[in-house]
Amino acid sequence: MKIKLNIWKQSNAKSKGKFERFELDGVDEEMSFLEMLDALNEKLIGENKEPVAFEHDCREGICGSCGLYINGHPHGTGSEIGTCQLHMREFKDGDTITVEPWRAQSFPVLKDLIVDRNAFDKIMAAGGFVSVDAGQAPDANANLVNKNKADKAFDAASCIGCGACVAACKNSSAMLFVAAKASQLSLLPQGKVEAKRRALNMVAKMDELGFGSCTNTGACEIECPKGISIEYIGQLNREYLSASFSEAE
Amino acid sequence: MSKLDAKIPEGPLSDKWTKYKASMKLVSPNNRKKLDIIVVGTGIAGAPAAASLAEMGYNVKVFCFQDSARRAHSVAAQGGINASRNNKNDGDSVYRLFYDMIKGGDYRAREANVYRVAEVSSDIIDQLTAQGVPFAREYGGTLANRTFGGVQVSRTFYAQGQTGQQVLLGAYSALKRQVAKGKIQMLSRQQMLELVLVDGKAKGIVTRNLVSGDIESHAAHAVVLASGGYGTIYYLSTLAVNSNGSAAWQAYKKGAFFGNPSFVQIHPTSIPVLNDYQAKLTLMSESLRNDGRIWVPKSKDDKRLPNEIPDEERDYYLERRYPAFGNLVPRDVAARAAKERCDNGFGVGKTGLAVYLDFRDAVKKQGVKAIQGKYGNLFDLYQKITGDSPYETPMMIYPAGHYTMGGLWVDYNLMTTIPGLFAIGEANFSDHGANRLGASSLMQGAGDGYFILPYTISNYLADEITTPLPSTDIPEFQEAVENAKMRLQKFLDIKGTKSITSFHKRLGKIMWDYVGMSRNEEGLKKAIELIDQLQKEFWVDVRVPGKLDEINQELEKASRVADFFELAKLMAIDALNRKESCGAHFREESQTEGGEAQRIDKDYSYVSAWEYKGNDKDPVLHKETLTFDNIEVKVRSYK
Ligand SMILES: Cc1cc2nc3c(=O)[nH]c(=O)nc-3n(C[C@H](O)[C@H](O)[C@H](O)COP(=O)(O)OP(=O)(O)OC[C@H]3O[C@@H](n4cnc5c(N)ncnc54)[C@H](O)[C@@H]3O)c2cc1C
Ligand code: SF4
Ligand code: FES
Repeated sequence: MKIKLNIWKQSNAKSKGKFERFELDGVDEEMSFLEMLDALNEKLIGENKEPVAFEHDCREGICGSCGLYINGHPHGTGSEIGTCQLHMREFKDGDTITVEPWRAQSFPVLKDLIVDRNAFDKIMAAGGFVSVDAGQAPDANANLVNKNKADKAFDAASCIGCGACVAACKNSSAMLFVAAKASQLSLLPQGKVEAKRRALNMVAKMDELGFGSCTNTGACEIECPKGISIEYIGQLNREYLSASFSEAE
Repeated sequence: MSKLDAKIPEGPLSDKWTKYKASMKLVSPNNRKKLDIIVVGTGIAGAPAAASLAEMGYNVKVFCFQDSARRAHSVAAQGGINASRNNKNDGDSVYRLFYDMIKGGDYRAREANVYRVAEVSSDIIDQLTAQGVPFAREYGGTLANRTFGGVQVSRTFYAQGQTGQQVLLGAYSALKRQVAKGKIQMLSRQQMLELVLVDGKAKGIVTRNLVSGDIESHAAHAVVLASGGYGTIYYLSTLAVNSNGSAAWQAYKKGAFFGNPSFVQIHPTSIPVLNDYQAKLTLMSESLRNDGRIWVPKSKDDKRLPNEIPDEERDYYLERRYPAFGNLVPRDVAARAAKERCDNGFGVGKTGLAVYLDFRDAVKKQGVKAIQGKYGNLFDLYQKITGDSPYETPMMIYPAGHYTMGGLWVDYNLMTTIPGLFAIGEANFSDHGANRLGASSLMQGAGDGYFILPYTISNYLADEITTPLPSTDIPEFQEAVENAKMRLQKFLDIKGTKSITSFHKRLGKIMWDYVGMSRNEEGLKKAIELIDQLQKEFWVDVRVPGKLDEINQELEKASRVADFFELAKLMAIDALNRKESCGAHFREESQTEGGEAQRIDKDYSYVSAWEYKGNDKDPVLHKETLTFDNIEVKVRSYK
């Protein structure tokens, strides 16, 4: 099939970007969306033009590198998939596809479709961990973990840190990302000890980095490639409130 | 004369590590503050190493090329991580894990190292759990286990099909904690280009900042490479597409020996190549072979849909050839058997390079629900990619490059032949001999990083306390910076007609055809010739668009592919030298009458460690002879 593309091009963080139009022939419906972009880039290089910069690595929905805003949806139109898992069979001959980077103040564009998601790393450094050094760990079976809780912690932990939740949110809030990590750890006995401090610190860092506040629109949950539930946001809010009242340890 | 000394401590196998640890030199907490360490890589080897060294008080600088440490390729590991905890009371022990690894590796790994990793395996699970990794639990709240190929005990710990993600995020969070404390400086979006030696010791690296394009110098008292494997040399592999061998290769060119470069594991069950544009092959877990039956049609040009082909016209070739193990033969055997069928024209699918993995009988017997419970997420993954439902029609699978047992040669201290340069995780030639068993790579990487390297590097640094950190203005650094710049500029100046990817694909095809699952003398010689030609063509006709001082993804690829040409040749040379078959290395000249791999212990019971002698000179082979004092060396058979 033949596809028309409307792609955001921007040379670097300082320059102003704009949409550019491309056409690509011979698109096979078995191709993944990123393979289609690979093909476009091969064509551009052949024509002595600049390829489109976009981020990717694992190409199987687990590393969180890829993240494109396609036709108004983070990661395209599929449900619970990363951009790299989107396939061209979702489109038809002659379609025009608009491709943009994540749009959020805290994720500045670095080039074309690549954004800087370093803010997520900073939030993690603010509290997304258990304070334990190598060598200090007790026997893993010393703390029994309720299977349901372990499973729930796992569901929260499956976040790939892609940032689609932020891109989907009209306030550019990072609440789903923060809640997933905070909930994962506070659901487990080994993480419970510093749950309050963690909630306060991660939320404070999120605010400091310019992410908006959460107004419960639920857009993040719909677009999250891992189906992370907004229930975790409720859990984080409760933790945060009780921590603000009691003194954080 | 060999320069290799593995520095294996004296004494009985089970006492070596304990006694050695007790005798090692230490660095006092006060002095650790004065010592800087560079860690390249943030996977399941690098992240634990960096965090643990920082916790001890060293100043650590960590590098990765992704935008975040959390995206290192380890994140994609699926099945699990081994530990000999005997939680199932099924007879597991440190010795048994050690035994399984040595045998699984077809007697080409070093006893002392393998035993040590088995010894620390249990501590890894404790550590990761404490860091918040949500391992699967039983209803009673204790850790759950599953069984993996090649063993008879249940020792694999897991977090659904995303174990790699979970263990990596545990280690990554420990790393971030040290970043907050100021003990780790995390430099992401950086590509290491050169290793810098001062007075013969590793003292720093030169990198390219992938955003600004700046070439930077970084000095340290020791350098640790945790840069992962080079399976992407085949272009198509199960690895993340940006994985590469360049960091290790640059170290090789500065004098670090390269161990067993030709030992590559080809995984039998991956989603096959679907089109020319495919960039990646997705792994379908080994566990599927518990219930799936592998077959191809008996007649060559059978164009019917798989479900229309009756049983008597199907060839369940694994069950036919290996009645004892059937579909559960080890990875290397299953991979070669699929290739044999396809090479002889029995393959299926559009390309003829695929075989069926069929769940029809299992679904009939156990019901859709039971199968969904076991493999639901894998079936979904398969359907997302191919559009087909494995509940209704057989999966199509084919072997793919997966894991490199080869890597930088290291001694018992995990130090390369360059003093002060350490290699951990998949980047070293490691503990897996000629074939790795499932779920043991995460274990080895984490073991290296959390519990082994922190001791051995301290032993080295104890003698470096009085050596000041070199300034990056000295000629050694300046020269490395110049080299790096010149090389990058050269790529841009060629202004040829063909893209990097087109060269990578062609190289991958040569490697797959001649240095892949099955090798022979003629083919290997031909490969060397073809690589040479392609490499020459690359250096005159490659087109790298863009500039140095900007994000330039083509330029990033260019150095990787340029290094791959050289590494590819060394792989072929190594495979040519080893005239026996062992583990994943199958030399057609060395097989039994039944077509099985045949080791030649009297001639090849050694690790090949190659020394670089210059671009136009042949590398020199050093042999580390392997001795087996604690295990009886036997023949593997699965008939
Ligand atoms: C699909 C798949 C499934 C797997 N499943 C399992 C499993 O279930 N169990 C198991 O035990 N093993 C499994 N393995 C194997 C295992 O995942 C890997 O061997 C292991 O994760 C490698 O870890 P590592 O830390 O050595 O390297 P990696 O995780 O590959 O990390 C390499 C790091 O080095 C950095 N780096 C590399 N080069 C440079 C450079 N030049 N400059 C700067 N930084 C650089 C990268 O940015 C990255 O941070 C699987 C492998 C694959 C492909
Ligand atoms: S919560 Fe979902 S959308 Fe947000 S970063 Fe995690 S995986 Fe991505
Ligand atoms: S490339 Fe890794 S999640 Fe898409």
